[in-house]
Amino acid sequence: MSDITLDAAARAPEAAPRSAPITAIGPIAWARQNLFGSWWSTAVTLVLAYLIVRWTIGFVEWAFLNAIWEVPVVNGQAQTQACREIKGVGACWAVITEKHRFILFGTYPFEQHWRPALVCLLFVGLYVVSAMRRFWTWHLVPIWAVTLTVIGVLMWGGVFGLPYVPQERWGGLPITLILSTFGLAMAFPLAILVALGRRSKLPAIKMLCVLYVELIRGVPLISLLFMASVMFPLFLPEGMNIDKLLRAQIAITLFAGAYLAEVVRAGLQALPRGQYEAADAIGLSYWQKTGLIILPQALRLVIPPLVNTFIGFFKDTSLVLIIGIFDLLTAGKTAIVEPAWQGFGIEVYVTIGVIYFVFCFAMSKYSQDLERDLNRHRRR
Amino acid sequence: MSSSAADPRFASAGPPKRPLRLSWGDERVRGIFWQVLVVGIVGTVIWWLWSNTVHNLEVRRIATGFGFLSREAGLPIGESLIEYDPSNTYLRALTVGVLNTLKVAVIGIVLATILGTVIGIARLSNNWLLSKLAGVYIEVIRDLPLLLQLLFWYTILQGLPGPRQALNPVDGVFLSNRGMKLPFIEWTAAHWWTLLAMVAGIALTWAYARVMRQRQYADGQPRKVWPAGLALIVGVPLAVWVAFGAPFTPDIPVLRGFNFRGGITVSPEFFALLIGLVTYTAGFIAEVVRAGIQSVQHGQWEAAQALGLRRGEILRKIVMPQALRVIIPPLTSNYLNLTKNSSLAVAIGYQDIVSIANTTLNQTGQAIEGIAIIMLVYLTISLSISLFMNWYNAKIALVER
Repeated sequence: MSDITLDAAARAPEAAPRSAPITAIGPIAWARQNLFGSWWSTAVTLVLAYLIVRWTIGFVEWAFLNAIWEVPVVNGQAQTQACREIKGVGACWAVITEKHRFILFGTYPFEQHWRPALVCLLFVGLYVVSAMRRFWTWHLVPIWAVTLTVIGVLMWGGVFGLPYVPQERWGGLPITLILSTFGLAMAFPLAILVALGRRSKLPAIKMLCVLYVELIRGVPLISLLFMASVMFPLFLPEGMNIDKLLRAQIAITLFAGAYLAEVVRAGLQALPRGQYEAADAIGLSYWQKTGLIILPQALRLVIPPLVNTFIGFFKDTSLVLIIGIFDLLTAGKTAIVEPAWQGFGIEVYVTIGVIYFVFCFAMSKYSQDLERDLNRHRRR
Repeated sequence: MSSSAADPRFASAGPPKRPLRLSWGDERVRGIFWQVLVVGIVGTVIWWLWSNTVHNLEVRRIATGFGFLSREAGLPIGESLIEYDPSNTYLRALTVGVLNTLKVAVIGIVLATILGTVIGIARLSNNWLLSKLAGVYIEVIRDLPLLLQLLFWYTILQGLPGPRQALNPVDGVFLSNRGMKLPFIEWTAAHWWTLLAMVAGIALTWAYARVMRQRQYADGQPRKVWPAGLALIVGVPLAVWVAFGAPFTPDIPVLRGFNFRGGITVSPEFFALLIGLVTYTAGFIAEVVRAGIQSVQHGQWEAAQALGLRRGEILRKIVMPQALRVIIPPLTSNYLNLTKNSSLAVAIGYQDIVSIANTTLNQTGQAIEGIAIIMLVYLTISLSISLFMNWYNAKIALVER
């Protein structure tokens, strides 16, 4: 045996390692495998590539090359003839240039627009802080309480030399953020209570929670919003009146509470029985058991679906358009009611779509990353 | 079992019942206390709201009850599956609304399922470009509010040229800001009979396939079902149609003056709502389908490949039947969402139940009854879809020992 090895080593001096053939590694091999793997795959690739190139060129021409970014304004009237001439060929971004303040902030006093702008930044900051895992402690509660108070002060004003702005004049992006954030902040505790109630051994409480969740989940959000706008005034004693925004906020909270409760319940069910029994065995009371053992683990299990529910909920706040509350979408729709700007809906909707997309996409990416992080121990 | 029944020591399972002590230390007493408290609070709140409502209704002199349903509606409805004119009652108007909701929901569910499945499978394709494109579609469509998408589609459809300059992509099909015009045939009794024969043919084919499958289980020989199926589903209806004298008068839309005459119309409202609902829900269904297919273990693919099946066959015969068990429950909730989302029709003026009930409550002032009707309709639809899908789910569930 050893003879042969020695012999072979003597005859062939070590050859320089050759790189693998170009058809096996590198971009060409990758393309061969992933784009032109078979006749069928090649055909699909070619057709798709053709369509993508064509649509991209068409879109770039419409959105950039042929677009009009500004139009002259005479006596406060925008002159949109130039835009009308290129309709269908080029975009009229002038509607955004002209109306972006209105779309973002609605009828909020113009010289005070820095306040809603700051509010939007505060909201974004709040989301970023809540998303960081190092802040996942009880510290979040005071952070939220303080930020939401500051936001309230900024929007209403009336103190610290800020002029008072009534709620009817709020509008645009801040309303969308307020509806979804406050709705969430209120719906979440409600959802936890309902989810616990639905898992409770006490029949009356369980039945109430099941009834609430199933009734809300069986009807569309619109019917709840209609209820808030036309039926709520009947529910209250004479003379007592609740603001329209607050009524919508209550409807959205009740709606979100039912959906979040189902997500939380899934987490409670996924927790191994042993955790409940161990907590009972060391003599914890129901609330100690729930607060110290069950909820911290159960909520951590359902963070990704919770974020998905938040996304759905953020999108659903746009439904307040139907009862005439001035959120981002309503502001956009109102901006093109003016005769000069009629017919430029596509540009406005694309812009609003981009804003919604940025928020939802950030949440969705975050949820995906988090899911991968939290499941890291499960993969080998 | 029989021994435990006979042996008195095993007669009662669980710990022996303790008598109820009236003290805070007894868990059952605490339980009763909390239940009474919670039910009491909820009951008080409801009673308070109820008494306020009754009082407010008296003050505002609003009559309650559903008596208004038999009054003349006087509200015009653009499209309707049944005969309707404004002199009909509110009850009939609301029925038209329910049918319009069901129409868009049923068509939407079918189309969204097809589109969603195609995109979900495309997402898993070996072709990188196709898979990425499907991924981008899913991400973008799910991150935009449905209402925004509906308004977008509606704006596009309204931006189409008028009937005189209507787009004419295929002969007989016209796209204008009045909607889409499609050619059709003049519908006669013969066509009803043909349709009936076709339905019967489908039922018979289904029964035939079942019998053939039983035989295959018995002797292991696969049997062809499609020749008999073709004869039953296509041949028999064709024979019926010929027997009636083969009536066929095409009804092609033509421009007469300022509008089209003939053919069938798809209104822009319905069209926008349908496109919006289908593309939006398909994004969600695609994710459900993808997750379902990925839940099938890789060994199943490899085993099927080892048997020499092609990729399409593997998907159809091996993977899909197993994936369906994972797919059905989330698919159900997507169907329910589509149905509930069809209520957004009110924003673009398609007259579904929400839109008509809303007009009704504005005209009559019967707010409570109007909203109760909307909620009842949706609860009924939701419950029916849930029941059906639960039945289907139980049918295809893995039979375990």
